Amino acid sequence: MTFERDARTALADGQLRGALRQATTLFGERRRAALATVPDWEGARDRARAIKDETLEHLDRYLEEFAANAERAGACVHWARDAAAACDIIGGIAERRGARTVVKSKSMASEEIHLNAALARRGIEAVETDLGEYIVQLAGETPSHIVVPAIHKTKAQIAALFADKLGIAPSDDVATLAAAARDALRRRFAEADLGISGVNFAVAETGTILILENEGNARMTTSLPHTHVALMGIEKVIPRFADLDVFLQLLPRSGTGQVLTAYQSLITGTKRRAEDEGPEELHIVLLDNGRSRMLASRVTRQALACIRCGACLNACPVYRQIGGHAYGSVYPGPIGAVLSPQLFGLARSAALPYASSLCGACRDVCPVKIDIPALLLHLRAQVVAEGVAVGKGHLRERLAFWIYATVMVRPRLFAWLMRAVRSLRIMPPLGAWTKWRDLRPLAPRSFREQWRAGLGDQRGPDA
Amino acid sequence: MRVSLFVTCLADQLWPSAAVGAVDVLRRLGCAVEFDERQTCCGQPAFNTGYRPAARALARRLIEIFEASAADAIVSPSGSCTAMVHHYDQLFDDARWRERAQGVAERTHELSSFLVHQLGVEDVGASFSGRLTWHDACHGLRDLGIRDEPRRLLRHVQGAQLVELPPPGAETCCGFGGTFSVKYPEISVAMLDEKVDAIERAGVDAVVSGDASCLMQIAGRLSRRGSTVRALHLAEVLASRP
Ligand code: SF4
Repeated sequence: MTFERDARTALADGQLRGALRQATTLFGERRRAALATVPDWEGARDRARAIKDETLEHLDRYLEEFAANAERAGACVHWARDAAAACDIIGGIAERRGARTVVKSKSMASEEIHLNAALARRGIEAVETDLGEYIVQLAGETPSHIVVPAIHKTKAQIAALFADKLGIAPSDDVATLAAAARDALRRRFAEADLGISGVNFAVAETGTILILENEGNARMTTSLPHTHVALMGIEKVIPRFADLDVFLQLLPRSGTGQVLTAYQSLITGTKRRAEDEGPEELHIVLLDNGRSRMLASRVTRQALACIRCGACLNACPVYRQIGGHAYGSVYPGPIGAVLSPQLFGLARSAALPYASSLCGACRDVCPVKIDIPALLLHLRAQVVAEGVAVGKGHLRERLAFWIYATVMVRPRLFAWLMRAVRSLRIMPPLGAWTKWRDLRPLAPRSFREQWRAGLGDQRGPDA
Repeated sequence: MRVSLFVTCLADQLWPSAAVGAVDVLRRLGCAVEFDERQTCCGQPAFNTGYRPAARALARRLIEIFEASAADAIVSPSGSCTAMVHHYDQLFDDARWRERAQGVAERTHELSSFLVHQLGVEDVGASFSGRLTWHDACHGLRDLGIRDEPRRLLRHVQGAQLVELPPPGAETCCGFGGTFSVKYPEISVAMLDEKVDAIERAGVDAVVSGDASCLMQIAGRLSRRGSTVRALHLAEVLASRP
């Protein structure tokens, strides 16, 4: 299984684990401090979730309202059923502009549809301008976190990468590294004919899109090139402008522990006067790619409430050990483990719902209260019901649960079997367990045996 | 008060001293304890691995068993299995079964929460000499909201000194997760090692928790690493007398 193999590789990588531990701990601490600045955090979570639930209940209506208002403001709205359609639409726009180079600000949706590769096939180079994404692109890797793409890299690794690829003197000074990247990127911004961005929220009532970021690169991506393409999953829409208020309280605090991101770009259509900021041509691509399938059931629908803050990744003890790449999906961590099987097919990602101890830390931190453990359980049930094989122990597991189900409904058989195990000192074949952990020696007598042997007859002193 | 003990298969077979301790403490506080020998497993391993029909069959059994009891409360030395009973209603489409599941869930309490909230007791008259630290088992903590109850009980144990675990802290998962610990043992043990490191740094004589499952995991690693720190169930500590 790839997940198992990749997780093992990650566990053996000391640098990776060090970088992860440091970053996730820091984000966790910052998040807690930022939360304290909101008087009614729980209330805000409930309000945000209620808005998302309402939107998802009538998603078609809100999307149409958004599209109509965005077009009225001068944008051109495209509907993409799947990844291929979205790549075609964006590739087509780029070709019509005669673009050789496009600049991109961070967009997980573009990772989801593998846009860079699709553009490369048309001879168009896509340049990532978010620092973390830029690092990952230089290294020929993919993001390992939905908010912090290069979270898996140490400062020393980034310094070595920049020395190698940008030809700068090795330095582990963050400001020097950032300046080197900015230098390299400035040239690319000047060449670019097209800017591609993601979208954090899309307001139905005004047709506005909102992009949050910290580096100013998204603002440049959306305003410098002649044409701006914004790619968004259909779940990003919210009904009213006023709804932004609660989401802006929740998202930066949950993700990076910031009270507010450094930049919030609100874009409503194209620029109308020469002195305005903004693109001359704006295309908004609405991406379905499996999302409308998830609307069907109440349980699965809640994953569409996700605002991609990344808090559940930082809080997840599994993610903190293995990082994002082992999940083998653009969406790693707890939310990735529930999104990936639903978006990309259960058979491809059947291991992911099991990559969790069900500790519930993700549910605790999720700003929109998504019950991720319940979703994982739902998907596990689906894996079993559909007979999808996970790992080589698949048949053994089915047999074990058949025996379990047979024995556990027969208390006498259960008691007799356990007595036999006890007296014959048979140890269950749990190699995976005992390789690293000792099995507790069985107590001489089970509780039920002690109860029968007299414990049950004793009475409490006051009874 | 009449209490029916929901022993859980793990405590019954692997950590019986936890169940015996629970009976002892409950009786000491004046409860009449009954135990229905028909109970086996609550179905959690099946539910958590995706085997819903098996889980549903076991849920029905346990609901019937506890409905038959006239006890005022059903008490369990496990936050995880108590949480499972509280989730039973999710297993049924049939409204009648959902109602029955909720009826049993309302009467089912985890031990520390029962002692503190139902009996109103924090000092159970226990005595245990040594430095202790508490490990929050995830389902008790996050599904049932049990955080203060065991700590309050432990602070009243004569001779015991309760210290909090250093980072990653008492609330971080020990990596057990049922089938997770067998399916992905390396990840499970990586999580466990952080927990065990913290326990050793705390300089305690024993780590105490409310679930035999976490205790098996933690004790198994402590023992493999040659540590002298003991792993104890809350009920064992509360049952200790001078
Ligand atoms: S599931 Fe919740 S915590 Fe995780 S990224 Fe989405 S909104 Fe954030």
